[in-house]
Amino acid sequence: MVIATTDCLLRMYDDRHELEDYQGGVPRWCTGCGDNAILAAVQRLCRDENLRPEKTVFVSGIGCSSRFPHYMRTYGFHGIHGRALPVAEGIKMARPDLNVFVNTGDGDCCSIGAGHWIHAVRYNMNMTVMLHDNQIYGLTKMQASPTSPRGLRSNTTPHGAYLEALQPLTVTLGVQNVSFVAQAVDWIPDVLYDILSAAFHHKGFSFVRIIQRCPEWLPTMWEPWLHDPERVVLLSHERGLKIAADIAKIYRNRLQHDPVNLNGAREIASRLDPIPVGILYRNPDVPCYEELRHAGRLRPPQLIKAGLETEFDKFTIWPDEKHSRASPRTTRSADDGLLIS
Amino acid sequence: MTNATTLKRPPTAPPARSAATENAVTTLKEHVVEIVSDSGEGAQRCGQSFGAIAAKMGNGVWTVEIIPAEIRPPARSVAGASGNRIRLGARRVSNGGDEANLVVAFNEQVLLGRVRAGELEADCIILLESMWREHSNAEIAASYMQAYDGLVKAGYRVYEIPMERECLKVVADTRRGKNMFALGMLCNLYSLDLQLAREQIALTFGKKDASVVRSNIMLLEAGYDWAAANLDFRFKIPAEQAKEPQIVVNGNMAMALGILASGMEVCAMYPITPATSASHYLSEVFEKVGGIVHQAEDEIAACAFAIGASYAGKCAVTITSGPGYSLKQEAIGLAVMGEIPLVVVNVQRGGPSTGLPTKAEQGDLLTAIFGSHGDAPKVVLAPSTIEDCFYSIITARRIAETFNMVVVVLSDANLATSQQPFRRPQFSDAWLAPPIDQSAVPDGWKPYDWHANSGIFRRFVPGQPGGMHTLTGLAHDASSHVAYDPEINQHSIRSRSLKLAALQKTLKPPPVFGAASGDLLVIGWGSTRGAIEEAVASLQADDHKVSSLHLTLLQPMPGGIKEILRGFKQFLAIEANWSDTVQEKLVDEANRRYSALATLLRSRYLVDIDCWSEVRGQPIKPGTIRRVILEKLCRH
Ligand SMILES: Cc1ncc(C[n+]2csc(CCOP(=O)(O)OP(=O)(O)O)c2C)c(N)n1
Ligand code: SF4
Ligand SMILES: [Mg+2]
Repeated sequence: MVIATTDCLLRMYDDRHELEDYQGGVPRWCTGCGDNAILAAVQRLCRDENLRPEKTVFVSGIGCSSRFPHYMRTYGFHGIHGRALPVAEGIKMARPDLNVFVNTGDGDCCSIGAGHWIHAVRYNMNMTVMLHDNQIYGLTKMQASPTSPRGLRSNTTPHGAYLEALQPLTVTLGVQNVSFVAQAVDWIPDVLYDILSAAFHHKGFSFVRIIQRCPEWLPTMWEPWLHDPERVVLLSHERGLKIAADIAKIYRNRLQHDPVNLNGAREIASRLDPIPVGILYRNPDVPCYEELRHAGRLRPPQLIKAGLETEFDKFTIWPDEKHSRASPRTTRSADDGLLIS
Repeated sequence: MTNATTLKRPPTAPPARSAATENAVTTLKEHVVEIVSDSGEGAQRCGQSFGAIAAKMGNGVWTVEIIPAEIRPPARSVAGASGNRIRLGARRVSNGGDEANLVVAFNEQVLLGRVRAGELEADCIILLESMWREHSNAEIAASYMQAYDGLVKAGYRVYEIPMERECLKVVADTRRGKNMFALGMLCNLYSLDLQLAREQIALTFGKKDASVVRSNIMLLEAGYDWAAANLDFRFKIPAEQAKEPQIVVNGNMAMALGILASGMEVCAMYPITPATSASHYLSEVFEKVGGIVHQAEDEIAACAFAIGASYAGKCAVTITSGPGYSLKQEAIGLAVMGEIPLVVVNVQRGGPSTGLPTKAEQGDLLTAIFGSHGDAPKVVLAPSTIEDCFYSIITARRIAETFNMVVVVLSDANLATSQQPFRRPQFSDAWLAPPIDQSAVPDGWKPYDWHANSGIFRRFVPGQPGGMHTLTGLAHDASSHVAYDPEINQHSIRSRSLKLAALQKTLKPPPVFGAASGDLLVIGWGSTRGAIEEAVASLQADDHKVSSLHLTLLQPMPGGIKEILRGFKQFLAIEANWSDTVQEKLVDEANRRYSALATLLRSRYLVDIDCWSEVRGQPIKPGTIRRVILEKLCRH
């Protein structure tokens, strides 16, 4: 009894995590890179939610932003360019007990992985997805991305990007089964934190587009917005974000928006300036694919054996009565059918 | 293995066309029967049922689907033949055999398709639907009569059968039912048990209502009786009864059963012929035992999904065919680099590009071994029988998990759709994947603690306290930290490579089919086994000093092969992929492209291994192989 209590207390003590428990390698992003702010917010979230590091996986593709998992002290999967989402889906399907986060860049998600993005929204698996949208290819040194604004000069568009930028929010909100869409900017860390927290608590595919500064390649791009709080509009609602007093003092441009309102969300999503920040849409009733598929069921060997024998029975030809039924069945032993020994 | 089924021609049936009722029964060792129709007329179902009934009577059977490349080819078209080829034997049958001995055709056009493809023996018996002779469309009637006359003149023994007329006596809509009439005829002609046939129909249509079963049985009986009354020949292929229970499934179903039996939990796929039918069947049964078939948005996603599932849980599998296999390459490289266990099934079809979607080829061996950029060592298995299809998946899962490797299983369109009875497997717990390890990782352990000699290590799975690390496709050290250091890269690539050597040390040398020495050793892999061994056995019976070697593990190759080669004077690889022939004007030793296996063997064993291969989209026939071997023997 006593031992059990001590054990329990010890475990409670053990289970409390500090920020350091989530800090992995030293980030190698450029000074001032918005990815640092996202990392800080996420580490804070993990601490506050007391997530067990061994039960948490950060999945990414390739890009500056996709280095993210290396800087966490959880499990991480730094895969290949564009494929973070299907990898994360496989993880969630195999292990619904894990907390799954995805970090993906605008090239990773909206260009090479765009097909997966659309389908991931539709699968609506329970995971938190951060789109680090710096509107440029950072890692490969400044090529235009699908979200680069028209006219942006880059190494592949020296005379300015030819096309209008793709809008991640309107795209996501247009997909069937969308269940959570929010927008944040890296330079308002407290709001970024609140949005990520709401995203984490939403059961389903939580998609957060984060406008992320890349001082290396686009050093002045966001200056006008940084210096003018009026160019951000905070979405608030009792069912959405509640704006803290100190934030409210600075960001006075606010809009009441109920996140159940999909049409309203789509309308807001199409506004580019001032930048809407907050929760655009939330619908907790959309079913999750892993639940529809009954992921995570226990599969005792007996169940598998029974299923297999039922199938074998369907296709079995029994030898004549005189031959065998009475005699012991000399089927092959478990292993001699294998190709190797 | 003793499957030396004879290549001798069956005694010919009485050639008379006159209908008589005397029952002259000719006893045969084997026969090849084809049933062809427009697609949708049910020839496939007829053929499958015929094979199943014969198998239940204890006959050896091998059934091959005849599939048009289009879903609904135009009716009455030469390219539209849909149906089945069934080779029946007294004993175990290991391949589709040579030219057909008897064909049932629902119209003359699909029949001409088979004739032109060279699939009929010279005096093949043809049972041809005769309704077209009287057809209201004069063009159709003329084309029928022209074809009929041509076939008779060419020496085929053509019997005109009023199938339509006879079926109309039983049902109103003959499009659904003529196949059962044909089945009845065949049961009579091959002396099969009518009661077994009734049971087979009840099994096939059991899910539908009783009236469907009843009318199909009536059609079956009508066909049986009509043949009894009007055809003057009968065959009997006395079966040598199997002593153990057998199961009859095609290669794709055997693979699906193998997935079930392996304890894997996730199969991710994207539809592609000829792999899809495995996922169809698996979708039906996997969930009952807690498994999941995920149809992803494309093959890249399917592979990535399987990799994610493997990484966080038990080894997963992704199934595909040629074009899909190409798409998966980058993700396969990731699994190699991250050392994530993964089973990739490639049911090969004719390539390159979209190629021959429904046809058999063994064109992906080299890409399976060497595919994906950089040094990406993988294990490659190739089942050679339907039974292998089942066990190869269990083996693949086990290797994948023991060595943390990608295991590619190369089947092909031939195995996918062929049926052959094999001993009912007896379940073993050892087949199953072990439970996911969730124990704490001891202090000081690293995620890639590569063993110095074997490269093997114990992987950490999410959920294991103390095992946290970030898996990466970038070069990394034992702690999974990104590392561009020359020594670390050299060391980690070495470690991943050594696992193949470690696996290879556990393999037994492959058995030689025939004597351990002789004039010629034929070497094959995959689905050609039955045909090669049948041809080799027939030559051995004629006192030729020929043996064969069949490889099911292509990467790594088992030890002992060099010693086997020493026993022979010449070598010939036979496979269904491309090789240049030296008869070509521009081809010589300096530029000849060898077939895939020959290329591998030549480079590994420094032996002058010749090759013969073809890419006709059809399983290579034993008769063809016999001829090729004889030519090779004569040249020297
Ligand atoms: C298949 C493939 N194509 C191209 C690349 C090269 N590549 C690496 S990252 C990247 C784009 C990165 O941009 P983004 O996703 O926006 O991430 P960021 O670096 O901006 O965070 C590209 C094209 C690759 N690694 N793999
Ligand atoms: S290049 Fe841009 S995105 Fe990449 S680390 Fe530097 S600032 Fe961040
Ligand atoms: Mg970017």
